[in-house]
Amino acid sequence: METARSRWLWALASLLILVWTVFPILWIVMLSFKQPGEIGNQKGFLPHHWTWDNYRTVFETDLFTSALVNSIGISLIATVIGVVFATLVAYAIARLEFPGKKAILSFALAIAMFPVVSLVGPLFDLWRDVGLYDTWPGLIIPYISFALPLAIWTLSAFFREIPWEMEQAAQVDGATTWQAFRKVIVPLAAPGVFTAAILTFFFCWNDFVFGISLTSSDRARVVPAALAFFTGASEFQQPTTAICAAAVVVTVPIVVIVLSFQRRIVAGLTSGAVKG
Amino acid sequence: MTAVHTAPAAGKPAAPAAELSDRGRAERRLGLLLSAPAVIVMLVVTAYPLVNALYLSLFSYRITAPDDRRFVGLGNYGTALSDPLFWQDVLTTFIITFVTVAVELVIGFALAMVMHRAVFARRTVRTAILLPYGIVTVISAFAWKYAFDLQSGFVNSWFGLGDHAWFSGRWSSLSVIVLSEIWKTTPFVSLLLLAGLAQVPGDLGEAATVDGATAWQRLRRVTIPNMKAAILVAVLFRTLDAWRIFDNVFVMTSGQQKTETLSFLTYRQTITRTAIGLGDAVGVLLFLSVVLIAAVFIKGFRVDLAQARGERGGGEK
Repeated sequence: METARSRWLWALASLLILVWTVFPILWIVMLSFKQPGEIGNQKGFLPHHWTWDNYRTVFETDLFTSALVNSIGISLIATVIGVVFATLVAYAIARLEFPGKKAILSFALAIAMFPVVSLVGPLFDLWRDVGLYDTWPGLIIPYISFALPLAIWTLSAFFREIPWEMEQAAQVDGATTWQAFRKVIVPLAAPGVFTAAILTFFFCWNDFVFGISLTSSDRARVVPAALAFFTGASEFQQPTTAICAAAVVVTVPIVVIVLSFQRRIVAGLTSGAVKG
Repeated sequence: MTAVHTAPAAGKPAAPAAELSDRGRAERRLGLLLSAPAVIVMLVVTAYPLVNALYLSLFSYRITAPDDRRFVGLGNYGTALSDPLFWQDVLTTFIITFVTVAVELVIGFALAMVMHRAVFARRTVRTAILLPYGIVTVISAFAWKYAFDLQSGFVNSWFGLGDHAWFSGRWSSLSVIVLSEIWKTTPFVSLLLLAGLAQVPGDLGEAATVDGATAWQRLRRVTIPNMKAAILVAVLFRTLDAWRIFDNVFVMTSGQQKTETLSFLTYRQTITRTAIGLGDAVGVLLFLSVVLIAAVFIKGFRVDLAQARGERGGGEK
């Protein structure tokens, strides 16, 4: 059935997809290598004179470097805590019998659909009262709670597939409880936990609403928020190229993660999405 | 496995609740204990602020003048609902949501088909598709904004549009906003649809081919009905997501040219204008609209989210 012609058509379609997905990223990269003065004069796609200046500007700007540190720190901490919490819940849902299982899953679902902006006002108030405004925990806490639903679903779908009897089998064969857990269950569960961690990290890395609403200085301002307020090296220069250089810097880790863990991310996003 | 189970294996339905053994009770306690941290964090950030928002939305209250706070009942809601700006924002949000979801469904389906069928560079395509998913929304917004921008953009010169100012009109601004949103979120739709495609029994399609069905008939009569669940889940998630659109609007137009959405209106009232009472009222209305949309989907279209989100077999009990 697969004639040579249809083969070519599929190949062409694949090529189109590649162009469509990569093109805007390539555009940002090109802009980041243009000289600030080219903006408004040279309107081509490629830089007229290639330059590293924008990267130098960006790394010499405190606003960006502190935002980068904040983004990395806050996202990593939120990811670790969020994944630990989600793992506990998912384990309980997959293995234990207790009331409220369904309620927890539905509640998580409701949170995932929640319009984040509705909470920004009250959280802004609350955080100022309790001293969390413009601090790392002030962002970590909302990140955890809004990343949890995806992590919980992914993990509970994943844990349901694990053959838990193997743990008992190992114990029958003479392994201690700890050994059975460490040697049998951990290797089986690790890929799922890892996938949940990637998705949680992406979520935190991407946040903008909390980033602009709950911070006011470089103490806790994260990269997406900093980008929106970035004005460039001096007020006489267009910030366009510098913003793009900063954007490229924060996109590199994402590209590396996507390239390395493509299969895991796909599995995580579709895990149990449409079974039955 | 040949292991002898003396106790009922965990994960299987436990004994009827009537005769709760010590073991059963301990299991319950452990289950609740393990779920507690996650549930508490989610509650702290959502339940309390939401109740607080409901309460404050009944007051005329600005942060800049805390002493002037006074109870106005449903006054803020009246103010919001009788303001044409509110309804203009509802319309903008609706247009953005409708167009993005419709286009994403079509493109997403095409992408899923290619990923499903393509033999050439299958892995490369799947990897490439994930790139927009991973890119920060704000960065996607900048990329598309600068592409169309008069100062920096190449779009006008490539397509011979001269000095067409994309961000000076409502519809052209909205088109670029929608374009960025589509680029960024179609991968999610296509992956959900790809998972749905994998569920369609292959022999059904073959049988239809033998019976002389055209490709279009196979698609309409066999493929799509068999992946209805996947399509509905994708539409529900993306609809609610697009309804909350904020980042793209903030970066590209800041709500100028009548491109303000409900999320942006809420943000502008609470954070920029610090009119907490009115802003919270808009926020509560936004929240209610999300609940309404979700309810219509779940009741009206019978999207089984329990089944959809991996809670397989949950319905048996």
